[in-house]
Amino acid sequence: MNTILKKSTSFYDVYERRPGADKLTTTYCPGCGHGVLHKLIAEALEDFGVRERTIFISPVGCSVFAYYYFHTGNVQVAHGRAPAVATGLKRAHPGSVVISYQGDGDLAAIGTAEIIHAANRGEGITVFFVNNAVYGMTGGQMAPTTLIGQKTMTTPRGRSTDNEGFPIRMSEIIATLESPVFVERVMLADTKSTMHARQTVRKALKMQIEKNAFSFIEVLSACPSQLKMTPSRSKLWVKEVLEKQFPLGVTKDISQEFEGRSFARKNVRPEELTGILDIETVRVNPEKIAQFKDKSINEEIKIAGFGGQGVLSLGTVLSEMGMRHNYEVSWLPSYGPEMRGGTANCSVKISNKKIGSPLVANPTILIAMNRPSLDKFENDVVSGGLIMYDNSLIDRAPVRDDVDIIPIPATKMADELGNTKAANMIIVGALIVSKELMSQQVVLDSLGDVLKRKNLVVLNQKAIKRGAEYIKNRKK
Amino acid sequence: MAKQFLKGNEAVLKGAILAGCRAYYGYPITPASEIAHAAAMYLPLVGGTFVQAESEVAAINMVYGASSAGERVMTASSGPGISLKQEGVSYCAGSELPCVIVDVVRGGPGLGNIAPEQADYNQVVKGGGHGNYKVIVLAPNSVQEMCNLGMLAFDLADKYRNPVYILTDGFIGQMMEPVEFPEPVTTFPEKAWAIKGTAETSDNLITSIDLDPDDLERHNQKLQQKYAIIEEQEQRAEEYRTDDADIVIIGYGIVSRIIQTVIDELRDEGVKAGMLRPITLFPFPKKTLEKLTGSARFFLTVEMSNGQLVNDVRLVVEGRKPVHLLTRMGGNVPSTKEIHDEVMKLMRLS
Repeated sequence: MNTILKKSTSFYDVYERRPGADKLTTTYCPGCGHGVLHKLIAEALEDFGVRERTIFISPVGCSVFAYYYFHTGNVQVAHGRAPAVATGLKRAHPGSVVISYQGDGDLAAIGTAEIIHAANRGEGITVFFVNNAVYGMTGGQMAPTTLIGQKTMTTPRGRSTDNEGFPIRMSEIIATLESPVFVERVMLADTKSTMHARQTVRKALKMQIEKNAFSFIEVLSACPSQLKMTPSRSKLWVKEVLEKQFPLGVTKDISQEFEGRSFARKNVRPEELTGILDIETVRVNPEKIAQFKDKSINEEIKIAGFGGQGVLSLGTVLSEMGMRHNYEVSWLPSYGPEMRGGTANCSVKISNKKIGSPLVANPTILIAMNRPSLDKFENDVVSGGLIMYDNSLIDRAPVRDDVDIIPIPATKMADELGNTKAANMIIVGALIVSKELMSQQVVLDSLGDVLKRKNLVVLNQKAIKRGAEYIKNRKK
Repeated sequence: MAKQFLKGNEAVLKGAILAGCRAYYGYPITPASEIAHAAAMYLPLVGGTFVQAESEVAAINMVYGASSAGERVMTASSGPGISLKQEGVSYCAGSELPCVIVDVVRGGPGLGNIAPEQADYNQVVKGGGHGNYKVIVLAPNSVQEMCNLGMLAFDLADKYRNPVYILTDGFIGQMMEPVEFPEPVTTFPEKAWAIKGTAETSDNLITSIDLDPDDLERHNQKLQQKYAIIEEQEQRAEEYRTDDADIVIIGYGIVSRIIQTVIDELRDEGVKAGMLRPITLFPFPKKTLEKLTGSARFFLTVEMSNGQLVNDVRLVVEGRKPVHLLTRMGGNVPSTKEIHDEVMKLMRLS
């Protein structure tokens, strides 16, 4: 029987991307594991017929130029980020075969977060982690997997656990996570271990092709140049020394029971987007708002109270209703921790002119829902403005005598309606009537579109009516 | 009144989806988080991807992957997060990958606060990451523009194969205003360079490494030529009452809204004042500013940063006219009165 050894078609025949005269050999040193692992991967891609749909990610390190060799889609990425880039690629093209290939510094030091979380999400990618216990390309510095006592350029007296900690066992860490389907550590030290590695590489890739599954294959490999050993001596070192710290074997395998991750992506037609994004046109019958068409209005409203009183939604409802009356409107909240700390305020502008700054510093209308708000903002109100305050909660009257003052027991009135939280809508009703800002009917009719919680629409309509009646009775 | 009332942060995301964006990778941060909230809500419904990344660094690299795959993709953050993303933005620029990044700027430096600032101008407009690269920067001043410029950003990103920033602030992100949404984009540029896991794209390569100095210099020169074309073709600015203006106030984003109010007040008082609002920060609207340098008596730049915008103004004016500066920092917003008073003071001095 004759066997003809031929380079895999998953490799380029001639490495045109490689600079210089030599286009036929790789950049890897004699005895290095990268070349062997590349070959195992390339042969598997060819045998499985997936070369064309494979995307190979070249990391930083000696395999940075893997794209010289692999005749696949190739993406070269930043140090440590291959699993994150793989995530973006695989999510875009779930049917592709994405290979994330990293060395020990790349994966287990600068890229620790990326590999842990890609594994934890169970991305449908295959990770090859080449562990040779030293930084190759950068010049022989300590790796996170460097052995205790091992001398490198940055551990000249040997790795000390006091200063550098212990070598990290990534396969064991990855295996503790729920999502990974297949995790195994292999080595490239002799024919036997290489033939086993070949089977493992094929199984991992098959898991991705068939089940869109995450696999993690750690490959103990020799770096003769940085270990300063001959190729054969360095392979012996992998087998006799490195393997003691990083025992071979499967650390996790749920490939039988794993049902698979979907390859499908939904496709939505452009005409469906408006409905999905909830951006349908808001329309109000012009006749219903005709009386406000030529109204000159330029209100700057500050609304303030405790968190939970509905201060912000009072503002959004007023603004949304203003928009339905063809006014220019803007709403600006006080945001972040201060609103979580118990007090809240927002700025609302309603105008028939284009609105400049959305921030209200000197309100024409102050709505104070609690005592601290009245204390804080009373002096800011412009002369001739309006202060509307909840006198069922605020135990003092405003002292200003150059502004209109409307006390309204909004919280008490809301309690009578059966829900304290309706106080803000009582204010809405009171305000639109007292300033003749908007049509009460349009506001009531639009409330169902504006409120997120539809079960509260009827209650809030009642509250708006109650607030409006209160002002009408007061005027009499 | 075909309008919807919503936050700037929601408008930019909904606009993005209308522009064909189908992937969002990001990390939560105030005051930008509503963009992620909206992305998480809507992208899965339109067949898109939302992933809350483990870090800002991972997020921008997921963007790198999705963009390599030919997808319209975005991320968003605020100052501290943008600082972390800069590595990835440099790689995107080097590999010529289109993507859209929203920076809803907050107060700094360090953890600073979550109030609006414009102090990311330099780190965004001047590149921020390593290497000789530039990014297109759009500066909306309303919720409507968060939508419209957000959509434009995807077109510009694809057109020039370059990252595009939406540089905005906590106010524009958090405020609500009515928005009229344009029709969805239905035709997209062919990305023959992208890697799609297909036979046709299996010879494609996305990379930014080149060990040969001559080759890398050629790549750099090619990038500079691209930036020169962008400078020539993509300058955008709004002029407000500048026709006969002696005094031109310059500001972008939220500040321009305040300036506009001041201009109206000054005009009512008989002062010939106008506003120049850069809409693109790179390319800086040099042509418009050059024109105004001929006619204006002096300029006043107003910014919520320590004189970052004013440097670009001075590079164009080149000492031919006085360029003054009014700054607020730390999350404080200049009031109309402050700007008005400053103009009055400068008029007395000049």
